[in-house]
Amino acid sequence: MQLTAKHQEYWSRNLRITGILLFIWFVVTFVVGWYARELSFDFFGWPFAFWMGAQGALVVYVVIIWYYARYMNKLDREYDVHEGDE
Amino acid sequence: MAGAPQSKTPTNVFSAGSQKSFNTQLKKVYTWYTGGFIFFIIALAILEQFGLPRNWIGYIFLIATVGLYAGIGIMSRTSDAAEYYVAGRRVPALFNGMATGADWMSAASFIGMAGTLYLTGYGGLAFILGWTGGYVLVALFLAPYLRKFGQFTIPDFLGARYGGNIPRFVGIVAAILCSFTYVVAQIYGVGLITTRLTGVPFELGIFLGLGGILVCSFLGGMRAVTWTQVAQYIILIIAYMIPVVWLSIKHTGIPVPQLVYGKVLEKVSAREQQLINDPKEKEVRDIFKKRSDDAKARIAALPGSLDAEKARLTKEVEDLKAASAPEDRVRAAQSALDKVPKSADEAKAAWTKDVPLAARSGPPLRHAEAFPGKDEKARDVSRRNFLALVFCLMVGTAALPHILMRYYTTPSVKEARDSVFWSLFFIFLLYFTAPALAVLVKFDVYTLLVGTEFAKLPQWVASWQRVDPSLLSIIDVNRDGIVQLAEIAIGGDIVVLATPEIGGLPYVVSGLVAAGGLAAALSTADGLLLTIANALSHDLYYKMLDPNASTARRVTISKVLLLVVALVAAYTAAQKPADILFLVSAAFSFAAAAFFPALTLGIFWKRANKWGATLGMISGLGITFWYMITTQVWMREVIFGTPRSAPVSLWWDIQPISAATFGVPLGFLVIIVVSLLTPSPDRQTQELVEHVRYPNLAGDTLRTEGT
Repeated sequence: MQLTAKHQEYWSRNLRITGILLFIWFVVTFVVGWYARELSFDFFGWPFAFWMGAQGALVVYVVIIWYYARYMNKLDREYDVHEGDE
Repeated sequence: MAGAPQSKTPTNVFSAGSQKSFNTQLKKVYTWYTGGFIFFIIALAILEQFGLPRNWIGYIFLIATVGLYAGIGIMSRTSDAAEYYVAGRRVPALFNGMATGADWMSAASFIGMAGTLYLTGYGGLAFILGWTGGYVLVALFLAPYLRKFGQFTIPDFLGARYGGNIPRFVGIVAAILCSFTYVVAQIYGVGLITTRLTGVPFELGIFLGLGGILVCSFLGGMRAVTWTQVAQYIILIIAYMIPVVWLSIKHTGIPVPQLVYGKVLEKVSAREQQLINDPKEKEVRDIFKKRSDDAKARIAALPGSLDAEKARLTKEVEDLKAASAPEDRVRAAQSALDKVPKSADEAKAAWTKDVPLAARSGPPLRHAEAFPGKDEKARDVSRRNFLALVFCLMVGTAALPHILMRYYTTPSVKEARDSVFWSLFFIFLLYFTAPALAVLVKFDVYTLLVGTEFAKLPQWVASWQRVDPSLLSIIDVNRDGIVQLAEIAIGGDIVVLATPEIGGLPYVVSGLVAAGGLAAALSTADGLLLTIANALSHDLYYKMLDPNASTARRVTISKVLLLVVALVAAYTAAQKPADILFLVSAAFSFAAAAFFPALTLGIFWKRANKWGATLGMISGLGITFWYMITTQVWMREVIFGTPRSAPVSLWWDIQPISAATFGVPLGFLVIIVVSLLTPSPDRQTQELVEHVRYPNLAGDTLRTEGT
């Protein structure tokens, strides 16, 4: 079985979105974590870094996964690699 | 699968014709179930008002919930392989999300998490971040591809992708290693909660709980586990939310604690500042410091110091008598004299207990401060360890076989992607509530409990001091009749367990919380036991020893092994192994180092081959294990006989709990280097990689789905 150019493109677009989302994941987790002491300004009562660790990052994670599922499910259809409707 | 023989799988609500009608039917069943459960709680609350005794409430909760799980388990019995191993691959995304949530959230999450946050403040957020952020890795790197591959276990993937039995065997060993340490901790938790609910002895509690686990999984495997886990998720989330919402109304007037506890945190921080500088608090802390120093000095001066101590106490009694002091003081002095150790060895043992009091001589921790430390270097070490722990927990989450296995059960790749979203959403509900609960309880303790007179302690304090002094003990150290913060010794678990009483809720809510903790522990134990039994029966027996075994035989062997593994795990838990929390975290480091590099490179890098993966898994797991046993003092003592006090040489100050910080990069490196030095995988393997990358590939003749 030979992959077509279209198939290759599907895979590279998958890799691109994976990379972008992973970068966001890295920033909200490790970059914010690294600078937690510096990022302690007031945020609706919470120090910002504390709020990010307790809530903000979690919301971002949920959104990342939601967006990835939506994006890929659309991409499957666009490149005609989606599964039959079960 | 649709054509598979269904004769031994009963037809009921958990089986259906089309996927769509099945989904609708499930929604209806679980909506009724949730309504019924709420009605059940209200009915019990009313009965309590009419005088239903407390231990009856405990028994009713235990019998009703475990009976319910057993009912679902029996309804889901099956001997069909696809049903038994992957619930027929018909679990809709939403329900698989709930099942994963219950599978994921263990007794440690339900009971321990808020307590850890209470005790460690910002530092505890490592668990919140690690145990949620890992799902991003599951979604982006693993779940959809594993679903397309569609076998039964994680070693299955390693075996097919890397060819041969060696990678599969390493996978089996790693899966059992991390799942077994984890399941022992769950069964231990089940024993504790059963004991608390009903008052039976701990060992009996373990075996009662074991019965509860087995009725869920024994007859129906993954099919039964899935549908009980959904039911358990609903119970545990209701049980977690009711007390927190109540406490939030009490302190802020608003029933959404997650949105408003920032203001409470501000008040807690202001109060911390006050308590740090308070002279009475300092007095208590100095007493602890002095006791610890005295104990150290006396131990050093043994045996002479024992005689001096005896003489001192004898004189004190005489002096008090001579001054005709109040009788209770004389009696106290006399009893102190009576308790003086008889020999130097006894004295050493008794006094050594006072040395750790030094830990209570420090000022209270500032809850919201990130990486506290006395100087720049200490803060830097604390930051490094925080991030290393987050990394290990995240990668470990994305590599634990019992979680990854759940994504084999969805009907399609698309549903697998959606299902990771639902999984994290349902987990998120609890995890973003836990920090709020910790702050609300802290506010209660710091402002309402601290400063009360000992004569007027609230009811819940007295009852918990009686139940379990290791969870809560308050002693008037400086004898001023007022509670100081430093006088309170608190165990983390009390934060969740006592919240209903702190909030002044009826006892039925306490029973509900215990039932929620039980649901959390049982559901996780179910998933883990199934993983271990399947690794042994499916991977070791069927794939490696007897590939011609019939379906019925495979499923029967799985069931027998499940029973054996459960008994071994229960026996181990009954020995009350030391340091359970460390063992649980160790499981994450093992899983991360063993599985994550081999699984992700297997999907994303066609060049990765058998020898690379095998050596990469062994070296990643090996260095993680080695770092742990050489730096964790009690493991080092058990294995090498080195005394605990001997110095520990850490690498870059990373704690043993985060050993996978070294194992994961090494695993990646070894796989890449060895793969490049050895021949490429064959054409067939490369086609397998292409097969898993595309949900549906025109012209692809490969069929990997197991039946």
